[in-house]
Amino acid sequence: MRIELQDIHKYYGPVRANNGISLTVAPGEIHGILGENGAGKSTLMKILTGFIHATQGSILINASPVKFQNPAQSSQLGIGMLYQDPLDFPLMTVLDNFMLGLTDGLSVETDQFRDKLKELATSFGFQINPDIPVQRLTIGERQQLEIVRLLVLGIEVLVLDEPTTGISEVQKRLLFQALKKLAADGKSVILVSHKLEDVETLCDRVTVLRYGAVTGAMESPFDTEELLKMMFGAPPAQPLRKAAQLGASVLEMKQVYASGGRAGLEDCNLTFREGEMIGLAGLEGSGQGVFLRVASGVQKPSLGEITLRGSRIKGGDYSAFKYAGTAFLPASRLEEGLIPGLTMTEHYALQNKNSKFLIPWTQAYQQAKERIKLFRIKGKPQTFAHALSGGNQQRLLLSFLPDKPKLLLLENPTRGLDLESAHWVWQRLCNYADQKVCIVFASSELDEILMVADRILVFFDGRIIKDVKSDETDADELGRAIAGKSD
Amino acid sequence: MISDLNLTILFASVIAGAAPVVLAAIGETITEKAGIINLSLDGTILLSAMTAFAVAFETDSLMLGFGAAGIVGACVAGIVALFSIYLGQSQVAVGFVLTLMCRDLAYFLGNPYSRLQGPQASPLPLPFLKEIPFFGSVFCNHNLPVYLSLVLIFISWMYIYRTSYGLKLRSVGENPAASYVRGINPRKIQLAYTLCGGFLVGISGAVFSLAIKPGWGRPQGCEGVGWIALALVIFGGWHPVRAAAGAYFFSFLQVIGIYGQSWLPSVPAQVFQVAPFPLMIFTLALMHLAQKETVLSWTEEKAWIRTLIRMFSGTAPQSLGKPYQTD
Repeated sequence: MRIELQDIHKYYGPVRANNGISLTVAPGEIHGILGENGAGKSTLMKILTGFIHATQGSILINASPVKFQNPAQSSQLGIGMLYQDPLDFPLMTVLDNFMLGLTDGLSVETDQFRDKLKELATSFGFQINPDIPVQRLTIGERQQLEIVRLLVLGIEVLVLDEPTTGISEVQKRLLFQALKKLAADGKSVILVSHKLEDVETLCDRVTVLRYGAVTGAMESPFDTEELLKMMFGAPPAQPLRKAAQLGASVLEMKQVYASGGRAGLEDCNLTFREGEMIGLAGLEGSGQGVFLRVASGVQKPSLGEITLRGSRIKGGDYSAFKYAGTAFLPASRLEEGLIPGLTMTEHYALQNKNSKFLIPWTQAYQQAKERIKLFRIKGKPQTFAHALSGGNQQRLLLSFLPDKPKLLLLENPTRGLDLESAHWVWQRLCNYADQKVCIVFASSELDEILMVADRILVFFDGRIIKDVKSDETDADELGRAIAGKSD
Repeated sequence: MISDLNLTILFASVIAGAAPVVLAAIGETITEKAGIINLSLDGTILLSAMTAFAVAFETDSLMLGFGAAGIVGACVAGIVALFSIYLGQSQVAVGFVLTLMCRDLAYFLGNPYSRLQGPQASPLPLPFLKEIPFFGSVFCNHNLPVYLSLVLIFISWMYIYRTSYGLKLRSVGENPAASYVRGINPRKIQLAYTLCGGFLVGISGAVFSLAIKPGWGRPQGCEGVGWIALALVIFGGWHPVRAAAGAYFFSFLQVIGIYGQSWLPSVPAQVFQVAPFPLMIFTLALMHLAQKETVLSWTEEKAWIRTLIRMFSGTAPQSLGKPYQTD
């Protein structure tokens, strides 16, 4: 099936998410759509699948124009999409998820669908248990389920939105194999990504988007420098990791156990020193989150000893940890970090240590103004926290950090940020590290960890299965460790 | 005195007394499975009870009474649906106001029908089946609405978990955006099942005024049952069979209360009338407590308690109370 997008425009008020995009995808082709966050990739794909409607422009399938009212219509015509956040039903079983939308009427031929699911999954090398709830699958497995489901619907074009985020190296390889197989069968694949590496290894052809418009296209083999230029205008500067000068021990853990998350935390032994920049790698929910919460005193460990700056400390006593100089930045900015219905000034007023009965509003306002300027937050003191963009929320959170912390714990500090903001965050953190602060961060992006961290811990199933200096390892080795193969 | 206790009569009255609660709890379960909370149950039951009695009294037709009650229930649910699904208003606020409004409306409109002798559902023993010892007297010697409640437990379970309509219903309550992508119209489904659930709640009201506590008055005697039904939905983990089990437990407490009055005449009768409510809340709290991690680890070695807890645990539909908004 040949798909043509002609001069697609999509405006949200004054924002031009898509501004005259045209591209063609041939049958049997793996077509990459590359661009950084906010380049308009997801919007374009949502238009192609009928989730939203274009302000202007047309879609041609095999040279005849179509207009989709809803996603179901586009999948009937053979276009299926794998959304970035899996659009499935976590509490329902795999089989129920598989059947939904495929059946109609009173009775359900459960066994028939079970067989079909098994047969298709095996043909791609996927192993999915049909009878467990989807929430117990990993993101990668949920993708596999969705791909199989879309194929049963008889799709000819598969669109994948950032499919490699949050899945293991092994699952990625499996996914890419499956996509190649689909292309070989004459189906088209559209891969939307901001990861150059994925696009380069998989795609036959790439279209690069920037600020809602096409900046270029290229056939395989790709010229990386050229692609980067198309994506960013000029290649972005990377923060430099300086050779760490390690000082005294900041945090020590001995046989610490804790529950929570998918795997909990088991038998954690480690020492972190001043000036160290430590990256926590691992699949989401492998214990990094629990570790950060225990290390910051938010969560009480069930067993074990924690020593903070030389003195034993009782786990779970957040204020004591805070007093000793730890600061924790959770991943879910609006859920755990910020209070959605409060303005920035109110946030600063809350932070104020010497709280009086009456709030010193002028002082808080002044402080807000100063901080907003210092941290380059795009907003006013009276802007609500939930009205800020992701990047600015993260800047706001960073602005709450004490000036001289001893131990900084961050969970996915750059998730959902555009490159410029992410870069800014890392620069900021590197400055902290220069001041002998010990920084520990979790991230799902291996590249990012390799780029900034001095030392890398890999979590698997609640345990630290690898603890290495970052210049003594590489992505391959870490990838294997993340998937549970430490040798 | 306790020897007076006739088990057959006890269980038969538990089954009969639970009928309207079963209907209301299953109705609300269906509504909440689609992601909508209809909080107006208590008022709806009163209003439909009044309507059922008034219509049956005027027309001398029980069927019309039941039908009218069902329609009233569906209409009230329709208001909740309209405001939440199409106008994006808070289901809790709308439902709560409706509860109060329907209650007052029922008392006001029902005034002329107070304390009148009217029609009521007559017993309809099932031939042959009622001859079976114990079982026959407990299950097969009732009036039509009671049979309806028994059959409905099975039908609703079958529908929700074994048909593709039920699959769609559950999907909408879990993740309406994902259902939309699969060609389902979440709003239509939510509207349909809110109306359907409301209809059952209406029928439940009719069962009160035409069968269980025949007649109309202030108080009618069904006050508070709506709240119990709402609690039972949670208690039952959004599962129709478990919600019904809860309804039977509640009814059991009520029947025991009646016996209690004769066993302990020194205790004021009001205590026994009110007791089932706090006891129910206590049980709900206990069931909820059992989900706590510390309790769960304590039950590690006690297999039967664990099974019991698992039987009564359930998770709310993920988008319960959050109406589906399109981009």
